[in-house]
Amino acid sequence: MKSAVIVFPASNCDRDAATALESLTGHKTEMVWHQDTDLPNVDLVVLPGGFSYGDYLRSGAMAGQSAIMRAVKAHAEKGGAVLGICNGFQVLTESHLLPGALMKNAGLKFVCRPVTLEVSETQSAFTRFYENGQKVVFPVAHGDGNYFADPETLDRLEGEGRIAFRYAEGDNPNGSVRNIAGILNATRNVLGLMPHPERVVDPLLGGTDGIPMFKSLIEALS
Amino acid sequence: MRARVFVTLKTGVLDPQGKAIGHALEGLGFRGVGEVRQGKLIEVELSETDEARARASVKEMCEKLLANTVIEKYEIELRP
Repeated sequence: MKSAVIVFPASNCDRDAATALESLTGHKTEMVWHQDTDLPNVDLVVLPGGFSYGDYLRSGAMAGQSAIMRAVKAHAEKGGAVLGICNGFQVLTESHLLPGALMKNAGLKFVCRPVTLEVSETQSAFTRFYENGQKVVFPVAHGDGNYFADPETLDRLEGEGRIAFRYAEGDNPNGSVRNIAGILNATRNVLGLMPHPERVVDPLLGGTDGIPMFKSLIEALS
Repeated sequence: MRARVFVTLKTGVLDPQGKAIGHALEGLGFRGVGEVRQGKLIEVELSETDEARARASVKEMCEKLLANTVIEKYEIELRP
């Protein structure tokens, strides 16, 4: 599986994502600057966590309009896989690759801690190595992770099996509606989630629950 | 021409910052404060002199970037 990580000004999880990808795929990950207009020939594009453009205007709003996003959209429209983590999820909603919006955490505080998630959809290139209903622990680190969408959109996401991850009951860190932590697009090749799977791929860093996501992608896209 | 764009959360969308401001006002002893909602004001200088064209252009700016219409609404005010 060939992969690329997009680097926006003030991305800060870009190298974590590249390290996770390189250690699990054994291939070099391409780092692509946000002003570039073309993507290298890759199977997976990762939009990493961070505070692109200082979160000016709204988290992910400026990055969503950057030059490289036109190429990322074209990649997604051709069926290419796109994984948006944290700020990357915000960029995906701002660029309309995923529905809804990520608002300020209901508790107003930046939340930085491990949270328990439930895998609620395993029929995707991102989650096939998890069990349905499996509990996993990923860290979150965000101030704007409160997922919001109108009830019709939420019903559609649920009906189409597009809610990939939910915060476990009682462990919702940000007030997200219906405990939503991560969602898929209609064609299931784009996933956005607030928690960080790339930070739990090595026991030395506190966990390995993120590994099945990368293994799923490697199997699906190689 | 100058445009002032007011971006606010749609009715029904939870505004925890507005709520916190409301509580702070109560704490300061202001009485009779109802719901408080926080928004943004964005000022844009335009070379366009025709009001209708300026409004159409700012509306497009709002739809594309200045507001996230999933959660926000906007109002445009134009001044010569």
